Amino acid sequence: MITLAKPLPWMKKFRPRWLTQGVWTVLSLLLAVGVWEGIVRLAHLPPFILPSPGQVGRRLGLAIADGSLARHTLTTLQEVGIGLLIGVVLATFLGYLLARSPLLERLIGPYLVASQAIPTVAIAPLLVIWFGPGMLSKVLICALIVFFPVLVNTVVGVRAVPRDLRALMHTLRATRWQTLRYLEIPASLPLFLGGLRIGATLSVIGAVVGELVGSNRGLGFLINVGRGQYDTALVFVATFTLMTLALVLYGLVLLLEWRLLRWQGSPRDHH
Amino acid sequence: MSVATAPALDVVHLSVNFENGSSELQALEDVTFQVWPQEFVCLLGPSGSGKSTLLRVLAGLVPPTQGEIRFAGGQPPRIGYVFQQANLMPWRTVLENIMLPLELQGVPPEEARRQAQAWVERVGLSGFESAWPRDLSGGMAQRVAMARALIHDPDLLLLDEPFGALDALTRERMGSELLALWQAQRKTVLMVTHSISEALLLADRVLVFSPRPGRVSLDMPVPLPRPRSDELRYTLDFIHLARELRQAIG
Ligand SMILES: Nc1ncnc2c1ncn2[C@@H]1O[C@H](COP(=O)(O)OP(=O)(O)O)[C@@H](O)[C@H]1O
Ligand SMILES: [Mg+2]
Repeated sequence: MITLAKPLPWMKKFRPRWLTQGVWTVLSLLLAVGVWEGIVRLAHLPPFILPSPGQVGRRLGLAIADGSLARHTLTTLQEVGIGLLIGVVLATFLGYLLARSPLLERLIGPYLVASQAIPTVAIAPLLVIWFGPGMLSKVLICALIVFFPVLVNTVVGVRAVPRDLRALMHTLRATRWQTLRYLEIPASLPLFLGGLRIGATLSVIGAVVGELVGSNRGLGFLINVGRGQYDTALVFVATFTLMTLALVLYGLVLLLEWRLLRWQGSPRDHH
Repeated sequence: MSVATAPALDVVHLSVNFENGSSELQALEDVTFQVWPQEFVCLLGPSGSGKSTLLRVLAGLVPPTQGEIRFAGGQPPRIGYVFQQANLMPWRTVLENIMLPLELQGVPPEEARRQAQAWVERVGLSGFESAWPRDLSGGMAQRVAMARALIHDPDLLLLDEPFGALDALTRERMGSELLALWQAQRKTVLMVTHSISEALLLADRVLVFSPRPGRVSLDMPVPLPRPRSDELRYTLDFIHLARELRQAIG
């Protein structure tokens, strides 16, 4: 699966150009499917090596019809959703405290720096060992994965609140709560959402890795099933569903950014 | 400037030290002066002479190391503060920036909006209510800052080189506009400036600060008649006062 570090140009903004962009995207997809079909036919590949687009399509229909795709997708979606919620809430809370308290920063800061070096995905097997093959271990993986980017970006965001705006709030005798609401939250929102955008996509990977390691439900499990039965078309169906899931999540965060950060102007305006 | 009333502001033997690691830096030393209600006072002095520090102490942003500040009525006054950079919130429109002080005071949003709209017009920004700060010129942004500093009817207006970042022409125009606003509102004003002619056009009194540690080296009334216009610059009285100030600054 592809992780997008930066928004693709066509996702950035819903503009008139969007329509032509959309046409091009569809064309490029059709082209890819054509090439795929061509390879299968010319190389005479057996379906368990590379199923044709048609076979994958039929398998998709089957998985939709018997409800298995919806069931497993829902499981993964739940794991990611609950994990994101827990991870983001904890990271935002702790991030704010860290940014505002030099003492806490000195105590916990070194661990945060070190934690940046942990490949969080590699912890997935550990969490499955500790918390079992059920949903809990995947929820924890997702929470953990989204935790660090959001935490770090929240700290940086709150730190970056302009000194003079703080002074302004002080001269206006703003309460602590008002400073949070009128200054700190809006000022750190761009960085916060940036962290969320990275974390949300990564957390889908986390959930799937967890499911691949050990589970009895979810899209990762579906991939395992397909692999075990040489049902490669099913592996494709599950993989495409995962990509869609990650892209939708990513798009939702972009939409949120677009709604909340209109004051920044579209990235295109700066060029 | 009637002598019968109590001063709006009484600064008594004020000293401010900053600790920079091991060493100490004295920014202000034994500063004493008074400001009368509705008086317009300009602060002149070389950079580093503690003018910004003085404003920050008056605004309660920096604690005095020694001495004290007495305000009329014994209470810290309501403050309007304008910084050298407009210091607007980039996520708020022009109107929303101007209404911020009212929101913080708990004024209902509708009422706050109505008053902010009046200020938009007063500072000549009609049509720009919903513009974002990033789309404003330096002069427009500073007008927004001025409206924001005045909307909550402050007792004391503190201006720290408010036109310092503007080009000369905009600067002159903003000076006249400020004069008109002050003529109408009659706030007590302390304004830091580097421009002698700006000080003479605006102020009732000019305080000159010595190089660090800052002390008041000259406390000069400006006896030029009001209302004042730009033409004043070319009069003999004006030029004499300007020379006196120039010599005091050194
Ligand atoms: N928060 C601070 N910490 C340490 N030193 C400061 C601080 N604020 C100002 N200073 C120092 O105090 C002196 C006076 O600064 P300032 O009041 O900004 O002067 P001015 O506004 O007249 O140029 C300067 O030497 C400056 O470096
Ligand atoms: Mg200064």
